[in-house]
Amino acid sequence: MASAEEIARAADRKDIRDRWLLSAPALIIIFVAAIGPLFVMLAYSFMVKGDYGDVKFGTFSLDGWTSVLFERDIFDDTLGLADAHLTILWRSVRLSFYTTVLTLIFGFPTAYFISTRPPKTREVWVFLVTIPFWTNLLIRTFAMQQVIRNEGLVNTALIQLGILDRPLQIMNTDTAILLGMVYVYLPLMVLPLYASMEKLDFRLIEAGYDLYASRWQVLRRIILPLVKPGVIAGSILVFIPSLGAYVIPRVLGGGKNMMLGNLIELQFGAGRNWPLGAAISITLMALVMVALLFYVRNVSRSEAGHG
Amino acid sequence: MAKRPFDIRAQPGFGFVALLTFFALYLPIAALVAYSFNAADSLSRWDGLSLRWFISAWQNSTVQDASIRSLVLAVWAAALSTVVATMAALATTRTPPYPGLTFKYAFINQPLMVPEIVTAVALLIVFSRIKVWTGYSGLGYLVLAHTAFCIPFAYLPIRARLEGMDLKLEQAAADLYANPWRTFRHVTLPLLRPAIIAGFMLAFVISLDDVVITEFVKSGGQDTLPTYMLGQLRRETTPEINAIATVFLALSVLLVTVFFFVNRRKP
Amino acid sequence: MGWSVPDRNAIEIRGVRKVFGAGENAVVALDTVSVPIRENEFFTLLGPSGCGKTTLLRLIAGFDYPSAGEILLYGDDIAPLPPFKRPVNTVFQSYALFPHMTVAENIGFGLEMLDRPKAEVKARVAEMLKLVRMEQLANRRTSQISGGQQQRVALARALAPQPKVLLLDEPLSALDYKLRKDMQIELKRLQGETGITFIFVTHDQEEALTMSDRIAVMSAGKILQVGAPRDIYDRPAERFVADFIGESNFLKGEIAGTAGGRATVRLSSGAEIPASLPEGFSPSGAVTIVVRPEHAQLAAANGDASLSGTVENVVYLGTDTHFHLRLDDGSPFIVRRQNSRGGGEGLTQGSRARVLIGADAAQVLKD
Repeated sequence: MASAEEIARAADRKDIRDRWLLSAPALIIIFVAAIGPLFVMLAYSFMVKGDYGDVKFGTFSLDGWTSVLFERDIFDDTLGLADAHLTILWRSVRLSFYTTVLTLIFGFPTAYFISTRPPKTREVWVFLVTIPFWTNLLIRTFAMQQVIRNEGLVNTALIQLGILDRPLQIMNTDTAILLGMVYVYLPLMVLPLYASMEKLDFRLIEAGYDLYASRWQVLRRIILPLVKPGVIAGSILVFIPSLGAYVIPRVLGGGKNMMLGNLIELQFGAGRNWPLGAAISITLMALVMVALLFYVRNVSRSEAGHG
Repeated sequence: MAKRPFDIRAQPGFGFVALLTFFALYLPIAALVAYSFNAADSLSRWDGLSLRWFISAWQNSTVQDASIRSLVLAVWAAALSTVVATMAALATTRTPPYPGLTFKYAFINQPLMVPEIVTAVALLIVFSRIKVWTGYSGLGYLVLAHTAFCIPFAYLPIRARLEGMDLKLEQAAADLYANPWRTFRHVTLPLLRPAIIAGFMLAFVISLDDVVITEFVKSGGQDTLPTYMLGQLRRETTPEINAIATVFLALSVLLVTVFFFVNRRKP
Repeated sequence: MGWSVPDRNAIEIRGVRKVFGAGENAVVALDTVSVPIRENEFFTLLGPSGCGKTTLLRLIAGFDYPSAGEILLYGDDIAPLPPFKRPVNTVFQSYALFPHMTVAENIGFGLEMLDRPKAEVKARVAEMLKLVRMEQLANRRTSQISGGQQQRVALARALAPQPKVLLLDEPLSALDYKLRKDMQIELKRLQGETGITFIFVTHDQEEALTMSDRIAVMSAGKILQVGAPRDIYDRPAERFVADFIGESNFLKGEIAGTAGGRATVRLSSGAEIPASLPEGFSPSGAVTIVVRPEHAQLAAANGDASLSGTVENVVYLGTDTHFHLRLDDGSPFIVRRQNSRGGGEGLTQGSRARVLIGADAAQVLKD
């Protein structure tokens, strides 16, 4: 006869097995259509490129990886494309960084403003941030184009007011990409900031004022440290998609001002260099992982500090 | 001296920046919508109000096809992802930690961690080869890809809801002779319904909005509304694209609003 | 008491009103309150929740502004000063310790904000840590110390900048009974050692009686009575005060005569008893008087008595015994008698009892 202990252990085992079965469909779908292909891509990055795209299956070459940074002939005899890669890499990192800083500069006061409204109106303000958040990214990018294009809102207004006599060329510049990314990713900064500010204990702020801290000192010494997890989360949530942006630079940057996402597309399209495209993709993913790791380390540290 | 109360919550200038931000968030959308009522042939001029571009978009068979494809795809992806996400959520909540639990969390949330463009080209690599091998190039690839990246979004509200649900209710059902299936059917599922609806709607919106992965996975003639618009944006655009965007926008706002109210009505 | 209480006023509240909201939703939190608080005294605002005591404290701290009236700090109106410019510090009910700082950083925060030299801050923090006996925990995070220790840190933090007045908002309410008792003594000691004026808010009458030099009893936005603990307990001026602090017997009676702050009151039983009058109050006709249970005595069978009734219940409480009586006119009356070894002669449920109210036991109430 089975002892009580054995019965319990058997029940545990069955429970765990059931839980695996139950989660299997989700895990399989994600493996087949998300994770698995990444491994295939990793393999592709070490193969020889095919003449008309794709790869020569089963071959081995480090060309894909070396061309990420080093000079190599890609369009027949065009030289110096490695410079182009570096420029694009640098543009991606730089614009993503600026985007993060700008969304923080505008998002922080916005989130603070929302969190200090009375509870009922607060919901409405949050809702107003949520709507753009869930609106199609392409449409929001397109909306930004309506504002900054040569016959767009800004230029029309400035010319009508007599401030300009010729439209300001914003479209197809880095500035256009930056404006687009700030606009599109702003809700991603505001929402996590708001989430941490909502939990802010305003009695601590009272205590700060009671102890002679000025407005600025309260902001810097009390509010900022307390909402730091939100600042980090927001920055990561903005920085990561900025780094991998594809639609925004394509629509607003106009082909010449590429970011990593567009460079990857180029290799799988006109560039016909799949191994290189795969290698750049994995590089991009690695950059994202570094950012995520930074996040995990910072959050766990600040949580340990508070816990 | 004026005795204005000292507001401990106030920070100088924050209100101004916030209102500026809200203005900036909605100005471009307003411009987009305004130009969709433009009577002119091109976006460069303003010839007064008209509905001609809405009518033109409505009659454009490519737009019709793309819209229907977008909806079909979103329904499939949302339904499939919600079902498997519900199962996964049941499997990963209300349990002491067991081997593989953290692995499952990481796995399910993986699509959120990788830039879309990377997943897109990885899928391109795999699916293009499968298309050659099998000869099948239908909507299945898009359904599969969309389902995968919708799973974490559907999973999120369902898991949150389950974690807040008292296991005692199910235990009471079991105590009253309900077998596991009937317990699920009559107790768990009804309690979980708001979260499942929320998960479905999130997944639906996410699928509907996707452009990058669709762009790389689709076979010829499989444009969805977003990929169609992306293609159009490369050319000299007419206000027709604004009209399409405006309708799309209205649909999104409607969905988000419904979601907002469904989610707020907490039992 | 080892220190003197000079007559100088640290704080003077003059006709302060505070109304929250407006129109139909307006709530009067403070209804024209005036009270002077002397330098170096331990002053307690006592009352049930919602009586306005915390509001008054917040007005002094500067977190709210009075709707009318003024608050003087050593003669100067502090109304125009924001909280961070008032030389007044608060010990918050929840302590409000900064979770992202250590114990020492919390204590030094105020001095740092006052731009004191680093060396001075350091020395003062060390001094404060010693004062509250927390030297060993200086570098702990505030989330890593116990409730009682957090309480001490909150105190040290508020005392460190040497405020002119220290405000304490129910600081002991979160502690358990034993710790609360210890902290009462500790607070009293700190007040003596620092010589700072303490304004202490509590709803706990026992706490108020133990610690205060003077108590202001508040109800519904008004101060009902201000006085030393003994005055408040022995000479409550109003029914609310008598009811809120300690146990009370209320008797109806009629003024038979008054003379020099004292009155003779005729009870419904016909007996006439002497009673004290509240200051500046000379009533006539029907009045209510209050008698503390321990101030009434059970009379001998053949001696003088003011009241008589039936024993309904006898409750033994260790140090003393409560006799719950039903007087002949139907009203309840409690007599408390201290127990002595071997005592406890034969009053049991149902027996007849006679009560004697001594010369100094009764007090006439204003309402």
